[in-house]
Order: sequence, then C-alpha cells, then structure tokens
Amino acid sequence: MTTVAAPAAHPYLQHLLEGQSGLAAAPTDALKALRAHALERVSALTVPTLRDEDWRFTDLAPFTQKRFQPAAPAPVLDARALKAFAPAEALTRLVFVDGTFQPEAGGAPSGVTVTALSSADAATRARAAALGTLAGFEHQVFPALNTAFLREAALVLVPRGVAAAQPVHLLFVSTQAGVAVHPRVLVVAEAGAAVTVIEDYVALGGTGYCNNAVTEIALGDDAQVKHYKIQREAPDAFHFATTAVLVGRNARYEGTALSFGARLSRHDPLVTIAGEGAACDLAGLALIGNRQVADTHSTIDHAVPHGESRQLHKTIVAGGAHAVFNGRIVVRPGAQLTNSGQQSRNLLLSGKARVDAKPQLEIFADDVKCAHGATVGQLDADELFYLRSRGLDEVAARNLLTYAFGAEVVERIALPSLKQQLAQLVLAGTSGK
Amino acid sequence: MILQDAKTLLEVKGLHASVNGREILKGLDLTVRAGEVHAIMGPNGSGKSTFAKLLAGHPAYELIAGTVQFEGSDLFALTPDARAKAGLFLGFQYPVEIPGVANSQFLRLAYNTVMAGRGKDELDPLEFDDLVRERMKLLEMNPNFLDRSVNEGFSGGEKKRNEILQMALLEPTVALLDETDSGLDIDALRIVAQGVNSLLNKDNAVVLVTHYQRLLNYIVPDYVHVMEGGRIVKTGDRSLALELESRGYDWIVGAGADKAVTA
Repeated sequence: MTTVAAPAAHPYLQHLLEGQSGLAAAPTDALKALRAHALERVSALTVPTLRDEDWRFTDLAPFTQKRFQPAAPAPVLDARALKAFAPAEALTRLVFVDGTFQPEAGGAPSGVTVTALSSADAATRARAAALGTLAGFEHQVFPALNTAFLREAALVLVPRGVAAAQPVHLLFVSTQAGVAVHPRVLVVAEAGAAVTVIEDYVALGGTGYCNNAVTEIALGDDAQVKHYKIQREAPDAFHFATTAVLVGRNARYEGTALSFGARLSRHDPLVTIAGEGAACDLAGLALIGNRQVADTHSTIDHAVPHGESRQLHKTIVAGGAHAVFNGRIVVRPGAQLTNSGQQSRNLLLSGKARVDAKPQLEIFADDVKCAHGATVGQLDADELFYLRSRGLDEVAARNLLTYAFGAEVVERIALPSLKQQLAQLVLAGTSGK
Repeated sequence: MILQDAKTLLEVKGLHASVNGREILKGLDLTVRAGEVHAIMGPNGSGKSTFAKLLAGHPAYELIAGTVQFEGSDLFALTPDARAKAGLFLGFQYPVEIPGVANSQFLRLAYNTVMAGRGKDELDPLEFDDLVRERMKLLEMNPNFLDRSVNEGFSGGEKKRNEILQMALLEPTVALLDETDSGLDIDALRIVAQGVNSLLNKDNAVVLVTHYQRLLNYIVPDYVHVMEGGRIVKTGDRSLALELESRGYDWIVGAGADKAVTA
C-alpha cells in the first residue's frame, strides 16, 4: 500500500495529487520509498508564483485556473494512427497513451534494452537503479509531483561498449481532455555506449491536458547520447518537463529540444558535467504564437575540471506569445579549464510578442573560458526586400526567413525523415502564427 | 544594340524620390528600349543606387513625383514581387546573406514563383537542377554553391556571380545591375560580363549602374548617362565613358547641377 501522507499544505497541489493514493504498489522497495519521499515534498512545497526567482517571467495562472483529473483507462491506438509521427529510421519505439504503456510488436536494437518499467523483469529493474536519482525534487514541485506518481517509465538501457544501431523513439500520446499525466524516462548509457533517443510528445484528440515529465539520462565514461526532445502538444495543453543529465568522464551529451505546442510549456534541462573531459552541446528552439508561453530554464553545472559546454537557444515569437530563456552556467570551485559558450537568439515577429532572455553565470573557478551572448531582433528589412525582389510575396518572404532562423536548430536532427517532419512543422508554424 | 522601332521597355519621367525624408532624385528622365545597354555613371551620392532600388521597390525609398512606365504600365502600382514577375530584375550591390536557406532551395523557389507569375511551368527539383547547373557553367560557378546557404560566406565575386545566375534564371526584360563590378577582380569581372552579354537579346535591356568605366570594356553600352544631383545631366555614347575615365566627373558636375551630399 502507498504511504498515506499528511494533506498537502497547498490546496492546488492537493487537487493535483488526486488519484495518487490509489496507485498500485511500487514494484520495488526503493521506488516505494522514493514515491513516499516525493509525496512528502509535494506536501511541503507550494505552486510557484511570479515572486519565485525561477518563475518570475512565467505566470502559472492559466495553469492553476484549470482542474485536472487522473487519466481514464487509455484507448488502444491503432498503429496506423501513430504512423504520422514515426520516423522511418527509428525501428524501436515505446508508446505511452495518456501515461499507459501500449505494447507493440517490434524489437530493440541488438544488445540494447528498451522496455516499459511495468514490463521489466527484476534483472532489468536492477539495471535501472538510477531511476529517481538524477532529477532532484527537494525544491522543485513539478518533478516532486511526477515522482509521487511514479509507476511507469520508459527505460533505455545500453550496456557497456554497445552502440545502438538505430535511434529509439519514445512516443507520448495524449488522447483525453483535462487529464494530468506524469511521463517518465530513464536512459542509461554505460561506459563507451552510444544511443540516440527521441522523446516525443504529441496529441491525438487530447485537449487541455497537462503532461508533467521527468527524464533522467546517465552517461558513463566515454558514452555518447543524442537526445531529441520534441514538444508538439495540443495548443491548449500544458507541458512541464525536467531533463536531468549526468555526463561521465570524456562522455558527450547532445540535447536538442524543440517546443511548438502547448498553451504554456516549461522545460528545465539540468546537465551536470560530472567527469573530466565531459562535454555537452545543448540546442533549443521554441516556435510560438497566439498566447502561448514557452519557458526554458537550463542549468549546466560544471562540477569537475576540463569540461566543455555549448548551448544555443533560439526562440521565434509571434502574435502575443511570450518566450523565456534563463541559461544558468555554474562553474564550481576547482572546475578549472572549463570551456563554456552560450548563445541566446530571439526573433520577434509581432509588436505584441515578448521575450525575456537572461544568462546567469555563476563562476567559482578562475581559469575558465565562459562566453555568452543574447540578441533580440526582428526580420531584417533588407533580407525581406531581397527575397521580394526575387518574386516572393510578403508572406512567403517572411516565412522563409523565419524558417531559416529556426533551421540552425532543426538541422541538428540527424534523422532525415524526422528533420523533414519538423521542418514542415516550422514552416507551417511560421505561416499559421 | 540600338534597333529601329524597338519597343520602349522603361520610361522614366520627372522622377523625384527621397530616403529618410531627404530628397535624392530630383527630376530624372530615362527611356530604355528593347535591345539596349545603358550605363548610368556618376560620382558617389549622385543617386544612382537610389534609382535602382526605387525601381525595384525597396521600402526605404519613397516616390515624391514622376512616373515610371514598365512595358506601358505603371511600375509603382506593383509590389516588389510583382515587379520581378513582370520582368524587372535588380542585381544587388550588396547581396544579402541568408543563413539557413540553401542556395538551391532559394533559386528554385524564386524561379518557380516568378515563372508561375508569368503563367509558365514550374520545375521539380530534378528538372531545376539540370537547368541551374547549365546556367552555372555560363558563370563558371562551382556546383557546390548550390548546397551552401544563400550568399553565406561567399566572397564578393561569388556573390556577384550568384546575382547574375539569378538573372540568368529569371530571364528579366529589364535588368538593373547595381555596381555589379565593385569588388570583382579582373577574371571575375570578365566572367560576370560574359554572363551578362550572353543573356542580352533584342527583346531585353540592361541598365548598368557603375562608378567605373572598367566594366564597360566588357559590356559595351549603347548609351552612357552621367548622373549628378539626382538627375541625368549628360548622355552620350561609349566615348563619354572613356572621357570620364580620363577627365573625371568635375567638368560635367561643374556645369551647374545641384551638388548632392548624400551617400
């Protein structure tokens, strides 16, 4: 049985915990304890407001005005319904519908374990011991909520020295209205392993729902992980996500996050450079319009010397939308010879669009290189004229330039079919907003 | 070449225009007929580039007075893209770099948009690839320019070749080439000029806006106009350009035109 905790102090969080006490027992003692601890933290925390430093640009009112329910039993989706989202190159896929794992035919790349936690045997669960250890939730209410509901997870486990031949596609589908779902992912790339993981959020009929996701990625020494997070939620949905990454010695993490959908989305990538010579390369693109809000609060934590981090964050903001980027870089005492570079580039397409972009450097070592820059601009009048003088009308010229601005991030996606899909989404997004 | 009974392609009358509230063009007249090559020369700030950009529809340039008939219709009634479809082409002095858009994608989009506007067939990527590679040979361009972003990292000469490549693809009736010779070494100048010459025929015309006589050794003009103070103050044949080369502009400029002070 689940531990019965004291009522949450905050009434809205109390409401969000609805259904938590009815969860099936956790499969292991460790998970049971983790869930209980998370529940305790939710009870101690409150919903962030504009007075919280980490939330001062993002008003959660559109979220807290809504009431969410736990998801009803998920419909079984026909594989054909999912085909539109499937990149041809990713032969391995896990599908979760409103939080429920939907088993499909098809195998994992040889030597790699790709499974839902609910289907994992004891040996596999033992290899997934990192679950819940990377994403802290002492002070972060959304990961705490996710962990309090932890019953299911996508597990991608790549043993020592194995390079996964094909990318792994984790597809989270929303079909219901007004439900709160807590997706969970764990990727473990052991020493020398390599894998590409696509974490993909889509809507098939779902409206006004909330996805509150936590993804944990552990890279052993010399491991390489490419991670594409694609947020294409319904336009009136809410999306909260924490991506906690631990990068081991000489390992390399490449993260690309694309945000298109949701009324309000918030992504917190937290990358710890934990081994000497480790590297991370983050890129983000938010393409929003109407009254959308897309907030990225990243932290790259250089805990040891000789780490390297690169970050490019781009936003394209149309209509009355609002993009937020807070890029925190921490260089701990002793993390000498850290080399870090951060660029924030923002394109405003309307007079009512807004962006708040803020670098936040906390450097406690003296022999380091940390460069950062931010720009906010509009489409260039000379570039527009150049295209128009070649026959493109105003709309086509604006769309092409907007697309070009986002292309730098989309181009990072090494799967041609997925890149093509996303390029179409960018083009459609630029004309529709 | 000057032809008997040639059709008038461009008729400019009494053109006044300003940029940032300052009047730059002050009564410019010019008639261009099919088959002709015109050169507009003049000192810096005389209004040459303003004239070219105004005709192409740059939003920073404002018409104050005057008319421009393009093949008999009012050019200023058309948007910049409609002017391109109608057959007007501006070769930019400073072609714009567009990172993120492949040159091949841009060229095909421009080609298909303009051709669709003229009621002609659009080309699919394979058909267009054949066409563009053939036209690139004309300009001795390396096919790898197709894969790079539009003008990004191109040298000055490469950008100008890319402009003439666009002219070769869009087949304009009137091409205004704004300082196409600037920044070109002698080999690039020869190649670009050969490219332009190969595109000339009895149905189209070129207006070269240039500061130097050098280009006119390669593209031989039928008319040379000297601009000063926002209007054409002298018109002659090729020998006028040679005279300007040896004597400079002062002997004409001194002849009473308003002093222009703008860039």
